[in-house]
Amino acid sequence: MPLVKLVNITKKFGEIIALDNIELSIEDGEYLCVLGQTGAGKTTLLRTIAGLIRPDGGEIFIEGELVNDVPPEERDAVYMFQHFALFPHMNVWDNVSFGPSIKNWDNEQVKTISSEVLEMVRLSDRQDAFPSELSGGMQQRVALARGIASGAKILLLDEPLGALDARLRVDLRRQLRRLVKDQKLTAVHVTHDQEEALMTADRIMVLRKGKVEQVGLPSEIYSSPKSIFVASFVGNANFFEGNVIEMDNSGSTIWIRGDYQIRVSQTDRKVGDKVVVAVKPTDVIINPDSHKGKNVFSGMVDSSTFVGGSMKYKVIVGDGMVIFSEALVSNIQELPRPGQEVTVSFHPARCCLFEYPEAGLLKEIEAI
Amino acid sequence: MPEVKLVNVSKRYGRIKANDGINLTIKDKEYVSVIGPSGCGKTTLIRNIAGIIHPDEGEIFIDEESVSNVPIEDRRIGYVFQNIALFPHMNIWDNITYGPHVRGLPQQQTRPLALEMLDMIKIAARSEAYPHELSGGTQQKTAVARALISDARLLLLDEPLGALDVKVRTELRYELRRLVKDLRLTALHVTHDQEEAMSISDRVVVMKKGRIVEAGTPVSLYTRPQHTFTANFVGEANFLKGIVVETTADTSVVDIGSGVQLRANRGKETVDERVIVVFRPEFAVLDKPIEVNRLSGKVMDVLYSGSIIRVMIKLPNDETIAAKRIASFDKPMYDVSESVTISVSPDNVLVYPYPEEGLKKALALE
Ligand SMILES: Nc1ncnc2c1ncn2[C@@H]1O[C@H](COP(=O)(O)OP(=O)(O)OP(=O)(O)O)[C@@H](O)[C@H]1O
Ligand SMILES: Nc1ncnc2c1ncn2[C@@H]1O[C@H](COP(=O)(O)OP(=O)(O)OP(=O)(O)O)[C@@H](O)[C@H]1O
Ligand SMILES: [Mg+2]
Ligand SMILES: [Mg+2]
Repeated sequence: MPLVKLVNITKKFGEIIALDNIELSIEDGEYLCVLGQTGAGKTTLLRTIAGLIRPDGGEIFIEGELVNDVPPEERDAVYMFQHFALFPHMNVWDNVSFGPSIKNWDNEQVKTISSEVLEMVRLSDRQDAFPSELSGGMQQRVALARGIASGAKILLLDEPLGALDARLRVDLRRQLRRLVKDQKLTAVHVTHDQEEALMTADRIMVLRKGKVEQVGLPSEIYSSPKSIFVASFVGNANFFEGNVIEMDNSGSTIWIRGDYQIRVSQTDRKVGDKVVVAVKPTDVIINPDSHKGKNVFSGMVDSSTFVGGSMKYKVIVGDGMVIFSEALVSNIQELPRPGQEVTVSFHPARCCLFEYPEAGLLKEIEAI
Repeated sequence: MPEVKLVNVSKRYGRIKANDGINLTIKDKEYVSVIGPSGCGKTTLIRNIAGIIHPDEGEIFIDEESVSNVPIEDRRIGYVFQNIALFPHMNIWDNITYGPHVRGLPQQQTRPLALEMLDMIKIAARSEAYPHELSGGTQQKTAVARALISDARLLLLDEPLGALDVKVRTELRYELRRLVKDLRLTALHVTHDQEEAMSISDRVVVMKKGRIVEAGTPVSLYTRPQHTFTANFVGEANFLKGIVVETTADTSVVDIGSGVQLRANRGKETVDERVIVVFRPEFAVLDKPIEVNRLSGKVMDVLYSGSIIRVMIKLPNDETIAAKRIASFDKPMYDVSESVTISVSPDNVLVYPYPEEGLKKALALE
């Protein structure tokens, strides 16, 4: 039996449909990450599970019990706010131990759990400070500690690490996952950091405009996106519009405007279909060791951006096809520079093939 | 056309040294980012420059003039706050013209300015909208416009993109840089996102515990960090303890235990010195190791994040290192317990004196 089950959940704010027929099962002990653009409904989803928002339609079950009418404090789920609201007049310790105290735990227990989580978020030596005396990231860590210490079985974490530097975020996300697993808790973790989701989640759910776009293993979400939106939103993608001109057992050939051909392994469209091919920049290899094989193009580096650890290239092939590539810098001295001729290639199995969207490609991938 | 200079600036809160002897010059029209662990004093630094707080010690100069006695409204500074967004009960137009309005500037003067701003950030059509009706990205752009309208020459940005999803954030950061460059401003941008800092800054400042560890161009911080702390904080790195066993004019050889040796371009180290050898996981060559600087070990774990695989390898000296590579179809995958050999070019191996306080302390975030 799933621990949390949402059936047909809908929530409207006036005209806006924040949650649109959400179906979701979360297993006991699972670590689920939720990704989605701003306004997709992520916060609304967590608050609905917590009982802070009443859905307009649908049913929520926790441990098999219908909880639509159960108040938040009786749900065994704690919501950690995206915009952390600490009690301003309480110091760090009181903020953190507040939950267990009102649960009537004994003093020793409250002390143990509160010290433990403060240790984890590395604020043991600041337990007497008031929120106004803490930096932005410290306040967020206190809020996280308070959520974990609450003793609830289901943690609903809304951007719990959003305000923290990347280094600390990497440490904390590991600890957070370990803690959830060790304590046999269940976590729903909203994040805008894809790597965080890919590295911590058992499963990832991608929300879009109130709807579930895809739920799956991290590797599925990244490598086998079900839609153009997911391909673009998680890890970005190159998109090529074209038509299927050939198909056999080993794959399909797509003719791309400008007279290029791309080979893909997928065979689930028909010859003549208008399609979109998606390829992740990280799957586009610059100057591959071998120039044999499919999807090898010569072009020129138009621009390159160093993003620390990897380099992003914009390569122009022939008279206009633009291909973005992201490569790990394994030898900074030998990187191709703007103006330089390069070969780019990508494997047919790393291409995703989609039906051309009715509303046009741009509509599917625009960011804002 | 401001150049900003901080001389020995300190700010204490009780026993905490939020800024501790900061010396920093930001050149005219330079785009500088500040990164550092949570609580290291970045917001304090920016608030000192803005004049929201006053340093206990030291002095701040803008265009060679001390600003100790210049109130915030006369510093020609635009400030985008961490966490504090727009006035929710005001529409975009009122939000943007708030500054000039409270300073009593007449409507005729404010209007063209505001129109220019709206145009620049391409939201003229939404000027009647309220913040909650706009996407996070547009709200952030409005916050920048509001900061710029008062004829600011120096833009102070405290986590300006922090609340946005990655896609929007990546797009906006380039726009932000372009805006600063087009308007010929000087910018100081605090961020917790190392990648953001690396990709748009002329120079990046790394802070720890109220102090500046080092400052440099993104590429130099990444490839030649001066301190182990930076190597750890910016990107990822492997750290191995060793002893220098041989030096020539241009190379050093370091023994990292169990008979394994690594060759590096020579720095200041001398024979018998205890050192830390550092290289980045992406600099480890997994597929066709070169002849020098080979390391062999056993695969402990293989981790995926999207297209990148990270192989954890246990060396004969019992240290575990990480090597990174793009997961690719025509190259072999790795199994746990399998033996592998990697190599690192001596150009990419860095050598540091063993830190007095110990390695763990030197890398610690707090
Ligand atoms: N109390 C409310 N009144 C009116 N509209 C609301 C309210 N709460 C949310 N909305 C709207 O519902 C939609 C979903 O909002 P929600 O906060 O769940 O998004 P989100 O995915 O958490 O976004 P973000 O990444 O920006 O936090 C948005 O369009 C938002 O404007
Ligand atoms: N008003 C205050 N009273 C007491 N202590 C303060 C005050 N403001 C800041 N501090 C302390 O000074 C230190 C530096 O804080 P600051 O806000 O500058 O950090 P930061 O680098 O911006 O961190 P973050 O990345 O988390 O925002 C912290 O230890 C903080 O607790
Ligand atoms: Mg939200
Ligand atoms: Mg701050």
